[in-house]
Amino acid sequence: MRSTVVIVGAGQAGLAMSRCLTDRGIDHVVLERGEVASSWRRERWDSLRLLTPNWLSRLPSWHYAGDDPDGFMAASEFADHLQAYSASFDAPVRPGVAVSAVRATVDGLEVASSEGPWGCRAVVVATGPAGAAKVPPSASLVPRHIHQLTSLEYRNPMTVPGEGAVLVSGASASGVQIADELRRAGRPVVLAVGEHTRVPRRYRGMDIHWWMDAIGLLDERPDEIPDLDRARRLPALQLVGSEDRRNLDLDTLVASGVEVAGRLVSVDDHHLYFSGSLPNVVASADLKLARLLDRIDEFALAQGLADELEPPDRPDRIRVGRAATRRRIDDVEAIVWATGVRADHRWLDPSLLDRYGVLRHDGGRTDLPGLYVLGLPFLRRRKSIFIDGAGVDAAEIAVDVAQHVGVGAPS
Amino acid sequence: MTTTESKFQLNGIDLEATLGARDALTEAPAAAAFTWKATSEWVDGTHTRTSFEDFFGLGADQSHRQTFRLDTDHPEVFAAQDNGITPIEMLLSGLAGCLTAGIASVAANRGVQLHSVRATLTGEMDMRGILGIDAEVRNGFDSIQVTYEVDADATREEIEGIVAQSQKRSAVFDALANPTTIEVTVA
Repeated sequence: MRSTVVIVGAGQAGLAMSRCLTDRGIDHVVLERGEVASSWRRERWDSLRLLTPNWLSRLPSWHYAGDDPDGFMAASEFADHLQAYSASFDAPVRPGVAVSAVRATVDGLEVASSEGPWGCRAVVVATGPAGAAKVPPSASLVPRHIHQLTSLEYRNPMTVPGEGAVLVSGASASGVQIADELRRAGRPVVLAVGEHTRVPRRYRGMDIHWWMDAIGLLDERPDEIPDLDRARRLPALQLVGSEDRRNLDLDTLVASGVEVAGRLVSVDDHHLYFSGSLPNVVASADLKLARLLDRIDEFALAQGLADELEPPDRPDRIRVGRAATRRRIDDVEAIVWATGVRADHRWLDPSLLDRYGVLRHDGGRTDLPGLYVLGLPFLRRRKSIFIDGAGVDAAEIAVDVAQHVGVGAPS
Repeated sequence: MTTTESKFQLNGIDLEATLGARDALTEAPAAAAFTWKATSEWVDGTHTRTSFEDFFGLGADQSHRQTFRLDTDHPEVFAAQDNGITPIEMLLSGLAGCLTAGIASVAANRGVQLHSVRATLTGEMDMRGILGIDAEVRNGFDSIQVTYEVDADATREEIEGIVAQSQKRSAVFDALANPTTIEVTVA
């Protein structure tokens, strides 16, 4: 089988690229191992909602047209949104097709798939940023009777067997949401907190993502920031998208009965060991939050928006600080690792990957001519990994793809 | 790499050398492997003297300009001679030295002129740990508090940011806050 371009993955990035190639009249297929928006339907927990308000679910020639633009879609609703997008331009998706390899051939590339090989001139890998969970080395030291699962495996409180205490490791979006849900279900919860980015849901009457978009933060380019490697490794915001627009910070969790500890650093047969740096990571997150809100206030002033906005309502500093650095391991029944996710490109040639199994790239161009990647942290801009970044990145990479396959501008 | 013509700049920190070191060690990670060394001799009772002269780093044996010696002992309330600070107090000096050096460096990197930096440190310890009275009580510090008074050409937030960043990149902060493997053998 042949097509000019093969896109791997029918999520928001794959569909956005498909739309861009369709607009350019470039023939292509989208190979999807499940169905459109598979990860959103099958690999997220039941109560998950988008972190970004619905109006930010913008894709090329597609926008949110529902009646709650400032709300936060459930994962299944977003999957429906993508399904409708795919149908809107009759995207050439081939569901149930798993891709296992890409290799160079004499006249281009060949994609090995479960329905046979596809010869093509270019491949766009759009399999998503959450192919594998990051689990720290200390996981292998945890006694076997303690149940362990990752944020990608968690579905609801019943996924964590028993009634005893659960240690949730990681205080970014997944960690705080899972800790909160388990606590509301009546489980004792200990949350291990490492570095995190604290933001309020709303500030001066506007959603924090509205602000980040307005001040240009989300459009920042790799060459505009001092430490790109660090920016690419930043965890998700400590945030939740919910109808009541609440903040889900450490003090809120403590008030609901969650116990907080420092980052889990070591385990042996008898104890869990937590870093004593908790006061520092909390203070650092508050300082970083203050700098963001300063930037927002400066922007509001410069744009003459002060009269239309509510006055600055700075969140209080987090009071959580001192915590036990050692806990008996028998006090914990299960551990949920919410310690991050990364893309899983290990089905590709190891020479193309970094030491974590993720494609090396320069703005989405990999080391193999004709092979491109979408949906990695800070791929081309800060919002590359967000829904709103998929389309703009795809449009730019489509220019490269078009040049590579020898096709001109859209007709 | 030698310190031939280092220019001391803001806060007495040679920024050029520090940033140059970072670049050099990124390219040559083996040179970043350091081994710190100390030799100690029992004097009498709880009095010990520790000497520091050699260390290994940048791929070669290195030496301090002189041999430094530190005495440690227990105080009179422990029925000892107080010939030096207690070993546990020495950790506070390590922490203060490391964090303050970091503050000077981070401030220099951020173009902030420091005028004075004073740290007050306290470390709480329950003696029932080392005396074996209660197995639930740990031997070491229960917690350490450090309060910084900083006079600098910067806002309070900028100073707080510098102090926070110093902790993030502090060797002794990490050594105290996180576990470290210690192997003790008899020759």
